[in-house]
Amino acid sequence: MLDKIIDTGKKSTRDGFGAGLAALGKTHPEVVALCADLIGSLKMQDFIDAHPERFFQVGIAEANMMGIAAGLATAGKIPFTGTFANFSTGRVYDQIRQSIAYSHKNVKVCASHAGLTLGEDGATHQILEDMGMMKMLPGFTVINPCDYNQTKAATIAIADHHGPVYLRFGRPGWPNFTAADQKFEIGKALLLNEGTDVSIFATGHMVWRAVEAAKQLADEGISVELINIHTIKPLDEEAILASVSKTKCAVSAEEHQRNGGLGDSIAQVLTQHLPSPLEYVAVNDSFGESGKATALLDKYGLGVSDIIAAAKKAISRK
Amino acid sequence: MADIQKLKRVASQVRRDIIRQTHYCASGHPGGSLGCTDFFTALYFEIMDHDPTFNMDAKNEDVFFLSNGHISPVWYSILAHSGYFPVEELATFRNIDSRLQGHPATHEGLPGVRVASGSLGQGPSVAIGVALAKKLNNDDKLVYALVGDGELQEGQIWEAAMFAAHHKVDNLILTVDWNGQQIDGPNDEVITLGDLPAKWKSFGWEVMHLDNGNDIEAVVNVLNAAKAKTGNGKPIVLLMKTEMGYGVDFMQGTHKWHGKAPNAEQTENALSQLEETLGDYPYPYQG
Repeated sequence: MLDKIIDTGKKSTRDGFGAGLAALGKTHPEVVALCADLIGSLKMQDFIDAHPERFFQVGIAEANMMGIAAGLATAGKIPFTGTFANFSTGRVYDQIRQSIAYSHKNVKVCASHAGLTLGEDGATHQILEDMGMMKMLPGFTVINPCDYNQTKAATIAIADHHGPVYLRFGRPGWPNFTAADQKFEIGKALLLNEGTDVSIFATGHMVWRAVEAAKQLADEGISVELINIHTIKPLDEEAILASVSKTKCAVSAEEHQRNGGLGDSIAQVLTQHLPSPLEYVAVNDSFGESGKATALLDKYGLGVSDIIAAAKKAISRK
Repeated sequence: MADIQKLKRVASQVRRDIIRQTHYCASGHPGGSLGCTDFFTALYFEIMDHDPTFNMDAKNEDVFFLSNGHISPVWYSILAHSGYFPVEELATFRNIDSRLQGHPATHEGLPGVRVASGSLGQGPSVAIGVALAKKLNNDDKLVYALVGDGELQEGQIWEAAMFAAHHKVDNLILTVDWNGQQIDGPNDEVITLGDLPAKWKSFGWEVMHLDNGNDIEAVVNVLNAAKAKTGNGKPIVLLMKTEMGYGVDFMQGTHKWHGKAPNAEQTENALSQLEETLGDYPYPYQG
């Protein structure tokens, strides 16, 4: 199966969001969009060109944007908010908590430039805590798709899910390798490769790095079961337990702090149901810095070699 | 023509309800609730075209958002007497298993509440969202919201103010409860609000004034005047002077009853000053 996972050309996940939003514009008249002065960065122009009356420029005022989205949702619209991930979460956590999460509003918080791969803008903008914050909010769905095609499919899928959603994506061009015609199922982990020695659970940009790691491990005779966890919450516990039941050990890989991220969610499942060795590939209690996306991932412990080392360590702990 | 005597009778009972709600659970915010009773009574019993069967989306009806959610006792009493839920349920205020949370919430499904509030500064933004949706839906009904004056210290208020003027949200009437008090004391001692009319005007809003927000006839008149100004390209703000604790002599004009419940003796004293017009609900709740 690994041989069939092929990069069809680099495209950014934010472009996938823009394409998905434009598609929704045609099919879902109740979808509206808001942006806090980042239309170009969020790739929202196609939606705006087609439906100017359903778009609201809020300026650099993210708290207000979340409140307005809550109001639009109250009146039956399906608002998609667009800004960078750090301004979509930490900056407006209380607005999201009270006006959206606690109030059960059908708002889609769409967040670009998440993580280290934001690159040169540096640590002020490289949020690595967002998934943790958002998964703690009761009732929130948290999605972190892996490539352009999957982000487009996820954007379309969340419009038909009634409830608040955090959709996380990123800035750089990145290998696009999932099917263009995929149907996105919220909460359903995707098996990319069957294996027997170790389970690797990856999310977002790290899925491609895990593919590369799995290929190298296969060359060394290590059989990796590779699973794409595009939905952080609700977590596909069944898929995780089924895989680890077979491999007896696991690796999590995410562009996020290890505290509160995907790895911790997997650890909860394993400690409760199937205690097993788990190695984290994540940022370890650190801020990022300016630099190229791939160089930053390598520097902060999110390299292909880090995944390979984590897999070998997990296997050794069986 | 508004039946002012009828509105005054409602307001008197609502004030009794505020005292009794906060006394029974020994917590809550009577001061601002008493000060805004006349505004709420005018809004729900005279001004708004609203449907107590309660539809969350508020299509084709006027809608109100309470941003300063801590004055929930007045809103709950008004909603109950308007028919949104049984008046007897007021006896559950702030108790466990109640729909009447300390600060308003949708989580327990209380009819009449459309968004949680209490963390301050968020109501105007939500109200703007509903106002935008009404425009998209060609719904010509209006959106009302109330904020406290101390709440204007929240930055989000001014984000919303800038947005509403830029986007010509002219189906929105925002009232500021300008009682001059907040928890730690007078606004001017905590953080001065400065020239409020000039601030709102410079943000591009139509600014209206009411010198006595505890004169219910004056409240009706100014809200009718505000309605007449909608649809003219500008959001409307009503700067309404009220007296915190109005209607109960020992609570009046001080911040000390902002978030303090009356004890048994104080409750008896307060109730002796407020006529029972619509009947007191029983304690404890028998629902």
